[in-house]
Amino acid sequence: MHTSAAIDVAAIKADFPILGRSVHGAPLTYLDSAATSQKPAAVLDAMDAYYRETNANVHRGVYELAAEATDRFEAGRDAVARLVGAPREGVILTKNASEAINLVAWAWGVRNLRPGDRVVVTEMEHHSNIVPWQIVAGITGAEVAFASVTPGGELDMDSLRGLLTGPVRMVAVGHASNVLGTINPVAEVARLAHDAGALCLVDGSQAVPHMPVDVPALGCDFYAFTGHKMLGPTGIGVLVGKVDVLEGMEPFLGGGEMISDVTTAGSSWAQLPWKFEAGTPPIAEAVGLGAAAGYLAEVGLDAIRAHEVDLTGHMLDALAEVDGITVYGPRDPEARGGAVSFSLPDIHPHDIAQLIDRDGVCVRAGHHCAKPLMRVLGVGATARASTYLYNSREDIDTLVRALGNARAMFK
Amino acid sequence: MGGLDDLYQELILDHYRRKRGEGSLEHPSVAVDQHNPLCGDEIHLELGIEDGVVRDVAHTGQGCSISQASVSMMTEALRGRTLDEALGTVEHFRLVMHGDEAADEDRLGDAVALEGVARYPVRVKCALLGWMAAKDAIQTYRGNGNGDGDDEEA
Repeated sequence: MHTSAAIDVAAIKADFPILGRSVHGAPLTYLDSAATSQKPAAVLDAMDAYYRETNANVHRGVYELAAEATDRFEAGRDAVARLVGAPREGVILTKNASEAINLVAWAWGVRNLRPGDRVVVTEMEHHSNIVPWQIVAGITGAEVAFASVTPGGELDMDSLRGLLTGPVRMVAVGHASNVLGTINPVAEVARLAHDAGALCLVDGSQAVPHMPVDVPALGCDFYAFTGHKMLGPTGIGVLVGKVDVLEGMEPFLGGGEMISDVTTAGSSWAQLPWKFEAGTPPIAEAVGLGAAAGYLAEVGLDAIRAHEVDLTGHMLDALAEVDGITVYGPRDPEARGGAVSFSLPDIHPHDIAQLIDRDGVCVRAGHHCAKPLMRVLGVGATARASTYLYNSREDIDTLVRALGNARAMFK
Repeated sequence: MGGLDDLYQELILDHYRRKRGEGSLEHPSVAVDQHNPLCGDEIHLELGIEDGVVRDVAHTGQGCSISQASVSMMTEALRGRTLDEALGTVEHFRLVMHGDEAADEDRLGDAVALEGVARYPVRVKCALLGWMAAKDAIQTYRGNGNGDGDDEEA
């Protein structure tokens, strides 16, 4: 098996039980990590052990079990905080990245946006970084403006700058595109947003799993990501916020856990981060996410990034050999992540995904929850292969062979 | 190849390559748009209705082989049917796709070849796209105040 200088892929694969299974009699070739990642045994074991050994509600009981559960839950938060270099009180655990962005749109947006104010997003955003702003714009009378994407698949900075005038209040941008792979210059975007008097939110769902991310160094006010794309379980996401900005905000959801006091006359709020965590949190999921963050840190995000640059370069080269193929996004593997969208003439992406599944190859087909970008690209759907630390160059060669088999079918 | 043989059989691929009814009508009685939010497939469907009978069916759009072959087959299955017969045929096809009825070739024509799609739940929506557009079109036509004996253009 190919081993890049950065990563021993065989050893990594062995950590992921599911990668040992077959599909339709073929070994599993999983190339859909941009949709969700697979989980190492370390994550599965941590969640299993939590339920078997220490399950109790957190921040409530005085008994030993409850104290242990609370410790493991909060240790999960600490592991995530360390991974992204953020102080723990600014690390809010949510249901997923969408909820993290909705938290900001509702708790900050509804109270701060006024008629005529502008929220700037980009044409390459996932729907989760568009729709919450459209909903809140509908309530407040603000407008949502879209910065363009260049024909090469990069954020058009001139277009962005052109929108950063007048009453712009929020700039919400993805760190890495789930369709094009493009890595956006988010530190520069945050600086431009602040110069224009706006706050900046970054959707890091496709970045945190794949590269070193130091959130405070980026300078953005909010940074959202999700657990299940970074080797953790579903049902948990993260909002990292600047502590002073979060302090100045009212809560999003109300309920248990997030209060300091409740009287018949009103309520007061818990300290950060719990002010934004209403109800019993995803406890086992936080334990699992903590284990995932620990696993990523142990392998090293620099090594993971170097490995994926190598894989992406190989994927772009290998796909370029496929007759008639269109590959979207930047050509330079250093300028992009490992999500590679493509289309073939005469075979719809949905058929590509169905046909290569018989060779055990998992890719996504569709609009990737990025319909505005699909319209810019002039397509209804694309197929997308996306890599992660457990993929090898051989996985990509298997994809290319499977595409050939699919093609033969449609001849 | 395994279980995909029935999904990608030659008759289906033939309809995909040579779509029946592709294009537009000069004077459609009713026109509707449908899309599949799951995969982005889109269809624009036009019906020509005279004396309560579907005289012509035309479609444009984009989609996978299953959705495109299915709408192609549907144009043949619906042409010449009364509106009630057409709605009944659509409902029959829907039940076939959900595995609740065996496909009746007299009603579905070539679309019986799609019976195997029922085993691929994700693809059922692809196969149904055009048929749901036809149902919508007939209901829209009637909702516009057209009686079945009425040959006015909507």
